[in-house]
Amino acid sequence: MPFKPVMLWTDALIFVLLAVVLIFIYRARSREHLRAPWREVARSRTGMVTLVILLTYVFIGLLDSLHFRLPLSNTSNQPVEVQYSIEVLSLLDIIVTPLRTQDEKTYSAPFATQLYVKETIERPDGGQERVYPRLKYGGAHLKNPQQEQTGDIIAISVKAILEGLLAWLILAGAIIASLVRCKNSSFKAMFNKVRHGATELPWRAILVTAGIIVLFIALAAELSVKYHVLGTDKVGQDVFYQAIKSIRTGLVIGTLTTLVMLPFAVLLGIMAGYFRGWVDDVVQYLYTTLSSIPGVLLIAAAILMLQVYIANHPEQFDTVALRADVRLLFLCIILGITSWTGLCRLLRGETLKLREMDYIQAATAFGVGHFKIIARHILPNVMHIVLITIVLDFSGLVLAEAVLSYVGVGVDPSTLSWGNMINSARMEMARDPMVWWPLLAAFVFMFALVLSANLFSDTVRDAFDPRLRKL
Amino acid sequence: MFAYIIRRVLYAIPILIGVNLITFVLFFVVNSPDDMARLHLGVKHVTQEAIQKWKVERGYDKPLIINPSGPGLEKFTGTIFYEKSVALFAFKFGRADDGRDIGLDISQRMWPSLAIALPTFLIGMLVNITFAMLMAFFRATYIDVWGVVLCVVLMSVSGLFYIIGGQYLISKLWHLVPISGYDLGANAFKFILLPVVIGVISGIGAGGRWYRTIFLEEIGKDYVRTARAKGLSELRVLFGHVLKNGMIPILTGAVAVFPLLFMGSLILESFFGIPGLGSYTIDAINSQDFAIVRAMVFLGSVLYIVGLILTDISYTIVDPRVRLA
Repeated sequence: MPFKPVMLWTDALIFVLLAVVLIFIYRARSREHLRAPWREVARSRTGMVTLVILLTYVFIGLLDSLHFRLPLSNTSNQPVEVQYSIEVLSLLDIIVTPLRTQDEKTYSAPFATQLYVKETIERPDGGQERVYPRLKYGGAHLKNPQQEQTGDIIAISVKAILEGLLAWLILAGAIIASLVRCKNSSFKAMFNKVRHGATELPWRAILVTAGIIVLFIALAAELSVKYHVLGTDKVGQDVFYQAIKSIRTGLVIGTLTTLVMLPFAVLLGIMAGYFRGWVDDVVQYLYTTLSSIPGVLLIAAAILMLQVYIANHPEQFDTVALRADVRLLFLCIILGITSWTGLCRLLRGETLKLREMDYIQAATAFGVGHFKIIARHILPNVMHIVLITIVLDFSGLVLAEAVLSYVGVGVDPSTLSWGNMINSARMEMARDPMVWWPLLAAFVFMFALVLSANLFSDTVRDAFDPRLRKL
Repeated sequence: MFAYIIRRVLYAIPILIGVNLITFVLFFVVNSPDDMARLHLGVKHVTQEAIQKWKVERGYDKPLIINPSGPGLEKFTGTIFYEKSVALFAFKFGRADDGRDIGLDISQRMWPSLAIALPTFLIGMLVNITFAMLMAFFRATYIDVWGVVLCVVLMSVSGLFYIIGGQYLISKLWHLVPISGYDLGANAFKFILLPVVIGVISGIGAGGRWYRTIFLEEIGKDYVRTARAKGLSELRVLFGHVLKNGMIPILTGAVAVFPLLFMGSLILESFFGIPGLGSYTIDAINSQDFAIVRAMVFLGSVLYIVGLILTDISYTIVDPRVRLA
């Protein structure tokens, strides 16, 4: 086999989550009461624009979740058993190989052709001088950077924009063509409808957003091969590479945390509300106790203990990637433990209200069992609360990762994440002249994700909250 | 009311016991004191004697829960559980790894924390209410719409960037106040100013939007229509009626902040080098000083519960319909 697949814990959970979402979509397609609120989301322009951005992030995150180990090249000629490299790579790593491998010596500014620090070099005549040395990769194809650089960047950009436009035209054409087939109208009529924003779904907004994203990707793809578009960091690693690798970390924390806490919160919340009595007392005691510990401190305590455990049991974690992954998963679990109490309390309150409803009374009178009532009558009726909580929590969790990494109880220092980027860039603030690009990169990538998530969750909440529902 | 407070304090006891058990399990059962000693002394090349010495110095050399060798009551009191966990109830926090008394440190460090957190809390609340009132007053106009957009944008920026940006602009570029540090007495003002301003700004997004929702919900109610029908001006209605009735949900949210008033904001304090409880905790986490982290977990829970009780009492002040019995 040309490679050896590696399934990290978080990868497995991501694919479980993906499967759950797909099953949900499949089920919801045939049920009108589930489709109605989603249709409202789909009609909202903000909802769809942010969804396109979120899906782009998710796509990159999924590419980064397919992990494998490449074989080491066989130096001797004898046919020996293939040895696999200890380094765990993902599909994304392969796609952006130039970004991953073109490391400079240390800091360099975005689009720079020289290092950011002076170095002493020997002149041919024996003397020494302090200069900014040329970069090994950034703009290395230019003979005379001062004069050629601007022209070269413009030339590459124009080429990238043309490619991007072409890709976008194909995409837009394909979408309009499929709309034509669905709606049985002519291509020209459909094109005009889309152009004037007269379609039922906001296709014009979707296509414009997709176009901007495609252009950005094309520009980044073309430029980052020849330049470091966002500079390099202290050890010379490309900042743009770090920023896109951080996407997976952010998404994992935002989604898996909810996935981990969901079963407990739903089960305990509904049980407390439905059975009342001592069950209710126990559950209430549990969540009051947990929520009375300040979240950051509980996370800090738990992560410290995990560090002690990993340090004392090195034999259980054979690769760096595995160790970092276990820590990421554990962070999700402990974040889940600190954040399930809110959802549990909401569900308990809602169930208390629901169990007095006539249809539940009727079911009890017919002799339907407790668990059947919970599964068939209560669970579907509290799902909107669960969904709203999931989407509302997402952006907060992404932001929390940055803060926790700063405190030192976030993801493993070897995991690329926005929090770690900010944390290491903080020291560079004091440098003069300042190294600002790692901060800028982390800010832009995080802000785009969190803002989209915030806007999208507002749309979802408006569509699902029965108090706001318009008939 | 008195009986109510007594009952609430009694309710707090099982919760604190629960918190205590959780910290005990986390710090002593998941990893034995031997593991902790090994981490502190360096994982490799560590002798059993060194571990034993480390444990004796910190009083971790006793059995966990039951001491069978001790006479009489010492079977229970001569244990880690009694000395380290039960002692927290008497606010005996013990000594940190560097030998300092944790209780004394906390009593000294809570003042700088308060000096930052209290103004941030009060000014922040004032600013948020004003901003939300402004949006509610101009509801369904462009001011309202753009106000909400501004809130969502502000919410989407990580708190770290407010601090980094503020330090860079105000301290480094404009040299208005020192970047970080702390001083006693009136000199502290110039050190407190920037953290407070940044603390307030970073809270506007979420706070302003949330208060706006509260006010808009109240505005739809019947008593507001009655007040308008009486001929009261819109400002009187908003500040005289809506604000008063919106206080209950606002106070409920404020309780979550209460522990932070003493514990200090972890991030703000450590960025600005303020010797408060927040930076104390962060330093403890970074140097893996478990005794301090344990003490802070317990203290945080106590403050949270005190905050809950204070909130309930404050309900009776803002809403005469609430009676605590």
